[in-house]
Amino acid sequence: MAEFKPGAWQKFVDVRDFIVRNYTPYDGDESFLAPPTDRTEKLWGQVKALMKEEHDRGGIYDIDTHTISDIDAYPPGYIDKQLEQIVGLQTAKPLVRAIMPFGGIRMVYNSLEAYNREMEPEIARVFKYRKTHNDGVFDVYTPEMRAARKTGIITGLPDAYGRGRIIGDYRRVPLYGVDYLIEQKKRSHRDAVYNVMDAKVIQLREELAEQIRALEALKRMAESYGFDISRPANDTKEAIQWLYFAYLGAIKEQNGAAMSLGRASTFLDIYAQRDLEEGRYTESEIQELVDHFVMKLRLVRFLRTPAYDELFSGDPTWVTESIAGLGTDGRHMVTKMSYRFLHTLTNLGPAPEPNMTVIWSPRLPEPFKKYCAKMSIDTCSIQYESDELMRKKFGDDYGIACCVSAMRVGKQLQFFGARANLAKALLYAINGGRDEKSGDQIGPEFLACRGKYLDYDDVKRRFDKILDWLASLYVNTLNVIHYMHDKYSYEKLQMALHDDEPIRTMACGIAGLSVVADSLSAIRYAKVRPIRDETGLAVDFQIEGDFPKFGNNDPRVDDIAVEVVKSFMDKLRKCPTYRDAVHTLSILTITSNVVYGKKTGSTPDGRKAGEPFAPGANPMHGRDSHGSIASMMSVAKLPYDFSEDGISYTFSIVPSALGRGKEEMADNLVNMMDGYFEEAGHHINVNVLNREVLMDAMEHPELYPQLTIRVSGYAVNFVKLTREQQLDVINRTYHTRF
Amino acid sequence: MGRIHSVESFGTLDGPGIRYVLFLQGCPLRCLYCHNPDSWCIKSGQEIGSVDVVKDILRYKNFIKNGGVTLSGGEPLMQADFAASILEGCKQHGLHTAVDTSGGVSLLICRRAVELADMLLLDIKAADDALFRKITGHSINNTLEMLEACENMRKPIWIRHVLVPGLTMDDKQLKALGELLAHYSCIERVELLPFHKMGEFKWEQLGKPYTLGDTQPPESEQVEHARSLLRGFGLPVK
Repeated sequence: MAEFKPGAWQKFVDVRDFIVRNYTPYDGDESFLAPPTDRTEKLWGQVKALMKEEHDRGGIYDIDTHTISDIDAYPPGYIDKQLEQIVGLQTAKPLVRAIMPFGGIRMVYNSLEAYNREMEPEIARVFKYRKTHNDGVFDVYTPEMRAARKTGIITGLPDAYGRGRIIGDYRRVPLYGVDYLIEQKKRSHRDAVYNVMDAKVIQLREELAEQIRALEALKRMAESYGFDISRPANDTKEAIQWLYFAYLGAIKEQNGAAMSLGRASTFLDIYAQRDLEEGRYTESEIQELVDHFVMKLRLVRFLRTPAYDELFSGDPTWVTESIAGLGTDGRHMVTKMSYRFLHTLTNLGPAPEPNMTVIWSPRLPEPFKKYCAKMSIDTCSIQYESDELMRKKFGDDYGIACCVSAMRVGKQLQFFGARANLAKALLYAINGGRDEKSGDQIGPEFLACRGKYLDYDDVKRRFDKILDWLASLYVNTLNVIHYMHDKYSYEKLQMALHDDEPIRTMACGIAGLSVVADSLSAIRYAKVRPIRDETGLAVDFQIEGDFPKFGNNDPRVDDIAVEVVKSFMDKLRKCPTYRDAVHTLSILTITSNVVYGKKTGSTPDGRKAGEPFAPGANPMHGRDSHGSIASMMSVAKLPYDFSEDGISYTFSIVPSALGRGKEEMADNLVNMMDGYFEEAGHHINVNVLNREVLMDAMEHPELYPQLTIRVSGYAVNFVKLTREQQLDVINRTYHTRF
Repeated sequence: MGRIHSVESFGTLDGPGIRYVLFLQGCPLRCLYCHNPDSWCIKSGQEIGSVDVVKDILRYKNFIKNGGVTLSGGEPLMQADFAASILEGCKQHGLHTAVDTSGGVSLLICRRAVELADMLLLDIKAADDALFRKITGHSINNTLEMLEACENMRKPIWIRHVLVPGLTMDDKQLKALGELLAHYSCIERVELLPFHKMGEFKWEQLGKPYTLGDTQPPESEQVEHARSLLRGFGLPVK
């Protein structure tokens, strides 16, 4: 077996050094890819049957109520031992969900109750004496924090469950073996001795001790499956298996809001390339290993409450894998493994998980770009993020946690902070700190806006004041949460796969940006008259005249959006953080834009109380009248420097509006993404909606408020067509155009 | 100065690649199946100078550099000087241009614009003059002259033709069209577009009577039949 090229990676933990010295960029197309093997088809058939059963049982297959989940808490579990090439399950059986109470025992009680199950007395007894993260947070929350949480001006906070958004560098396990990693951590523990043992040093020493124990547990877990991961992996199969064990340990230990994988594919290709060259495995065997690995990632499950699922729509896990990108040495990082990962969408069919994320640069090889575009058109299962923006800040070995949060793998993590509802904040500004729904005084008390019409300068001044209050309250709340999370639900294994002193960010977020921008634009360029109830609360607004709307590449309103982002970020930066975390901001709502909308009264842009916000940084639906690229250009103006945790944009289109024929469509999509990322766009979800989606939209129009169809110079909101016309579109789109 | 109806920043069906499509206001024809009757009147829409139009187009250069700009309408050649200034501006910045026209404007008025465009999307409503008149209210002569002029200029053309049951969705008519088009070497592509009624509500909004309310879109087999029929004339049908 040929030795890997030597380098710094042999002297200390440096996975990136190993990758850049050893990987083989691949410039070709997808023609080398292998179809699923018989074993894969059989195994996937069994998994699909299990998933159907899970669905039929109301979304939960089963819950293991006897075990407090941990890295080595379960005996080995299999789907079909004869067929599985990559092994390991979260619990003893596939799809059986585990109890992970350290984030919050209350969440476990609620989940069990929702699914008509009872807490085992033994576990209840343990948590009578063992405090959880959630208990700790509520011991400290101030009345103001509780009120802000209740009205939803700050919402989605990870104060009752695992925070997630931490990516262990799972590649360290195959590259170094666990024994080497333990040795390094022991050395750090030995060296972490200072003249003054203050809270910081004490915390570090305790955490290192936890990390070492976690690595020992990981070794035991792998051993129970018959593998000795104390040593480095030797070939592709071992590399994938070792890496999966490391990830598996993490998802046995933590029920995090997002448990992302990192940047595994190009790393794994180094093993695969050597095995191919030396004849150890064929392409088909390597693809089989990848398919089986991805199957396992599709089986990741967490026990959560229905309310949580409503907020995040479905059962998400965000097993995000970051693919491609460029190296800082100028070479692209597309390998055959980048193709193999995406090819699982063909071999196993489309799926939301693992969350395939292509880090895009216009300089990626053309065949790869086109392949991605084709896969997007076929599966809608890929998201894209700008390597050009992120490489500058994070180098060439970052991964995406959850949806858009970039972090150097193993060297950086974030304190997930959900988001503040800026649309509500604007209403607080107009109403003198009172909540527009309850009428309660939540924010600082000052005079509400007076007069028949809202005055732009007056509203802006008040909004600024409210944002000062909100930024400070928000960061303080996050400080409480993350102090307690570290104390009661520390991610010992994931942190064992980090450097000892990683960079921490305090990842704040905002919701309702386009609502705020359009509202301020309406106040400035049209006339907005508040309609007040008997207590003087503005509960609705009347707009006289037209105004520029975000999403039309119109600087008059786009500049307002940019200004709001910059100003809120500047305010956050003034608030000290727990563990000196660096402030960041995301413009991302995932799918919770609907729930935030429900909790927010009518806004001055004409949005009625309860109506959903646009998702992430999207313009409000129906207000972008200049086509998708104008819409994209507005979003691309939002400054990444002031929202380094990501700016999410969702693009939906029917296939026929993308061009004529597959080739043209793929070319147009590639050109569109090149353009978007050249314009400094950060993230884009590409939805090329298929027939099934449109049929579903006819039956459940409330779920598809933004679905726009475009037919040669004609655009219309799909759900506003009559049923007959909708059928017409479906038939036209899917029969006559192809 | 000219008048525009609207802008589509992500046009993928009106010429090659991603295109900035500018819809100009005004049209001399009154096609029965028009889906943009709100673009007929030359006096409505937004007034704007060609310099500002080009300035706006250039903001999209990163997206359209491999595609281009399409002037559509309405009938873009009705504001011939305005169209020519925009085309000239685009040319100076290296952008590919197309004009989506019915050919319904006399070359005496619009020759310069036609010369400036890199290609034409020529929508021929019917090959037979009587049917042409029935659909549009005008004679076919200008359109035929346009076709002839493009052949002489070696100007690439994509032909478009809408298939309307009861009007153009007819073998005799299609054969006449095939015979007409077969003579022209400037034709690079022929696109047959099935009739649709998604513009019907605009007629209602404008208080104009829509006469095709009972006409159904053609079946996909009919469309395929029309395609193969025209392919029989050696035409590059898409």
